[in-house]
Amino acid sequence: MRKWKILAAAAALAMSAGLAHAADKFKAGFIYVGPIGDHGWSYQHNQGRLAVNKALGDAVQTTYLEKVGEGADAERALERLVRAGNKIIFATSFGYMETVLKVAKRHPEVKFEHATGYKRAANVATYSSRFYQGRYIIGQIAAKMSKKGMAGYIASFPIPEVVRGINAFLLGAQSVNPDFKLKVVWVNSWYDPGKEADAAKVLISQGADILTQHTDSSAPMQVAEEKGIHAFGQASDMIKFGPHAQLTAIIDNWGPYYVKRVKAAMDGTWKSTDTWGGLAEGMVVMAPYTNMPEDVKKMAEATQAAIKAGKLNPFAGPIYDQSGKLRAKKGEALDEGTLLGMNWYVKGVDDKLPK
Amino acid sequence: MIFVLEKREAPSPLWRWLSPLLAIALAVLAGAVMFAILGHDPAAALYVYFIEPLTSAWSIEELIVKATPLVMTGAGLAMAYRANVWNIGAEGQLIMGALAGSMIPILTPGWNDPLALLAMLILAAAGGALWGWIPAVLKNRFNANEILTSLMLVYVAQLFLDWLVRGPWRDPKGFNFPKSVTFEGWHVLPAISGRVHLGAILALLAVLILWWMLARMTYGFSVRVMGSAPRAGLFAGFSAQKTTTAAFLLSGALAGLAGISEVSGSIGQLQPSISPGYGFTAIIVAFLGRLSPLGALFAGLLLALTYLGGESAQLALNISDKVAQAFQGILLFFILASDTLVNYRFRRAASREGRT
Amino acid sequence: MTMLQAVLLTIITASTPLLLAAVGELVVERAGVLNLGVEGMMAAGAMAAFAAGHYTGNPWAGVLAGALAGMIMVLPFAFLTQTLATNQVATGLALTLLGLGLSGLLGESFVGQPGVRLPRLHVPGLSDIPFIGPVVFSHDILVYASFALVAAVAWFLFGTRAGLILRAIGVNHAAAHALGYPVIKVRYAAILFGGALAGLAGAYLSLSYTPQWIENMTAGRGWIALALVVFATWRPLRVLGGAYLFGAVWIMGLYVQAAGFGVPSQLLTALPYIVTIVALVIISRNRTLTLTNTPASIGIPFVPDR
Repeated sequence: MRKWKILAAAAALAMSAGLAHAADKFKAGFIYVGPIGDHGWSYQHNQGRLAVNKALGDAVQTTYLEKVGEGADAERALERLVRAGNKIIFATSFGYMETVLKVAKRHPEVKFEHATGYKRAANVATYSSRFYQGRYIIGQIAAKMSKKGMAGYIASFPIPEVVRGINAFLLGAQSVNPDFKLKVVWVNSWYDPGKEADAAKVLISQGADILTQHTDSSAPMQVAEEKGIHAFGQASDMIKFGPHAQLTAIIDNWGPYYVKRVKAAMDGTWKSTDTWGGLAEGMVVMAPYTNMPEDVKKMAEATQAAIKAGKLNPFAGPIYDQSGKLRAKKGEALDEGTLLGMNWYVKGVDDKLPK
Repeated sequence: MIFVLEKREAPSPLWRWLSPLLAIALAVLAGAVMFAILGHDPAAALYVYFIEPLTSAWSIEELIVKATPLVMTGAGLAMAYRANVWNIGAEGQLIMGALAGSMIPILTPGWNDPLALLAMLILAAAGGALWGWIPAVLKNRFNANEILTSLMLVYVAQLFLDWLVRGPWRDPKGFNFPKSVTFEGWHVLPAISGRVHLGAILALLAVLILWWMLARMTYGFSVRVMGSAPRAGLFAGFSAQKTTTAAFLLSGALAGLAGISEVSGSIGQLQPSISPGYGFTAIIVAFLGRLSPLGALFAGLLLALTYLGGESAQLALNISDKVAQAFQGILLFFILASDTLVNYRFRRAASREGRT
Repeated sequence: MTMLQAVLLTIITASTPLLLAAVGELVVERAGVLNLGVEGMMAAGAMAAFAAGHYTGNPWAGVLAGALAGMIMVLPFAFLTQTLATNQVATGLALTLLGLGLSGLLGESFVGQPGVRLPRLHVPGLSDIPFIGPVVFSHDILVYASFALVAAVAWFLFGTRAGLILRAIGVNHAAAHALGYPVIKVRYAAILFGGALAGLAGAYLSLSYTPQWIENMTAGRGWIALALVVFATWRPLRVLGGAYLFGAVWIMGLYVQAAGFGVPSQLLTALPYIVTIVALVIISRNRTLTLTNTPASIGIPFVPDR
């Protein structure tokens, strides 16, 4: 009996000590949909959290919950973070949208940040990345580097973000080679190295000599390296997995945004905003251009600079969809709403979207 | 080997109660060692893991919410396993139940009254039962092993749900994101307290009804006989085929109910992932509960506690989610090992002849 | 390389981990033990194989470590189910949790590191035969091992006395015990063998299929392997057929997509599961065959009555 009492007392002491120590720090919480060991989406968000620690040091304390399911578990996780004293909470997956709104309503004093969603409230901001800007650049590189004029695209799920990426890639490629072909394979997973590798091999044997992916693992990059073709990294720099294969990678760089928002929450200037940042804001970063001739590199850098400066919009007209319908006239560009809910392919994609 | 097991003549009533306590004591000890090795204060870690989730009304409610689908599905599975029917596809039945129940808010949004909610529940039970009926038919008609068919049908159900919410059942105003319309009014299971919804009552009712069935009804009797002595059961006139069908329909229906109660009570819409594997965890629940519906109730609560404890540990002490998962495995090992003492006792091996 | 060659090669890669794990589990189940922890052992094997390869730079050390990790992981399962006669289904599921958790924990520092790759065989002459060379004589050792293991297990089970004893124990452990056979010891051995092969299957993932480590990289393959044992009605050659059927339909789904027919990808992804069910239904109609091969005491704990 005595042992138990001592144990309980020790525990209580440890708890209160922990709380007292933490009380003077500003707390920021994160929930991730995958494991931080996925080396993809959740991994990069966690890198963003670490950037906050680094930038703001002892003034903040960040915590996270990983592998939080997008169902009933998300609400508990958010509520828990609120109760643990977090003043700003980042929910880093689309599927948390309704849950974030529900919890935010109960806790108006806490700021919420929801990634890739479109519903906001006084204390709920949204943020996302214009990855498609990077995809336009890699499309151009692909068209220059591919001998067969065909790329293979390993896609996860047919959501607007992925469809947008496919379209931007092909538009970029077509700006170099109007006849460029694109084959798409959906693996119905964000995260299955084996299946992603299978899809990569299938695409190669169907004639693709350059690979790009919108899934998390670096397995396709390894396949490209082994088969002696080129590929583009996704989410993180995958050069270690394809020292001869990687041309560049589109890196999710959440750090700058997270630092800015946590700072704003700390000094009271936080407002509910809708941020859709790209190359210009540093939320999309291109890995070094490697394994390509100087002229291709020059072109990629010029495109990157033009997009960054706002001179080039990947979705500038004329844009035709698969059925040949004109979606954006010359001199115009697709509007943000269309981009947000994009569910059609541009002309030239060799695939059909599920309706 | 110094000690060997010897079967008790009857399950020990003492160890029936003592074994869970022994298991927890052992797990606490092992956990303390593990947390210490990983560099955490064992006392604080154990407090956060086991006790803290029970210290506030809020987290007790959360415990009930988490346990609801586990208990409901686990109790149904316990009945199936008792009859030696190996339904391991409850996850698929849960999804199909959720799908069937969601037809009302998605396809007939205008019908929004208490009757609609009742219809959702009935449809969900029917949907789950129907999905469970397939392996039963394949078993009875074609002799196809139900372990394989029920498991494979899980993946089919998941992909069917995925296709529906990304295609035909997508919210037309949802910018083509993969989710259905949000359920409103009577399409949502009413809350009882905080986030605890009517599903918890349904789970409790299911447990009580199954318990009563097992004790009283012919089905209960046939399940017990077919499970423990199939040949005797056949002589007594119980049909193996009917038992298989009944077990699958029953466990499927309960899984389906769990599915709709999760979607309508907790999530509020249909989306690509609605269950973090409740149907699989429920298998553990059924066995931890010694295949009794009442046991499933306790086992479901215990497992829910380990999930919540794992989360508190992540937040309060930065203990990785993986540690929590591994600890969950170890805890289960101890519980299962301690349960041995209910039916067996240890005896010195020296006096024994024969071999092992 | 022709298209057909590419298809066959991809199918072989996709089927090998399933086959390795399934052959191991087949022996376990033939001995009358149901171990649902394949996924956990496989994950542990993949992580250990990666780690050993990473530290030594030697893929063979990886193979060894994978098999060993599978055996170590399965030890508590063996002790619990055999010595303490616990419920096998629940213990196996707990093993899955433990394996996935531990591998994720211990493998944390390997995420984002490229691994070593198991070398592919190149036999001068044989590997250069047109068509056949690349398809048959250009794999790594584990692919050949998977075939050799099928043959060895078939021979062991049906051609040796020890195999007969193992099967007898799986069919009726009480009778086997009465005849003086060491039920528990044989089962321990079978379980360890199953662990080793599940570990090897994991090693194949992290050394050959995709030479890297990330958490949960098994992505459900352990469960498919389990289903394949049942599919094969516990016969080694049928496990081979089942693994390749599953792998083939899985890969063909990707080809059909790449061809751009517009079939919903979900349907194509579901196809391997549906085909397996249908094939099982067709096979199982022969009741006597199924009955004679089913290890009747599967899943039932055995405790000798003196």
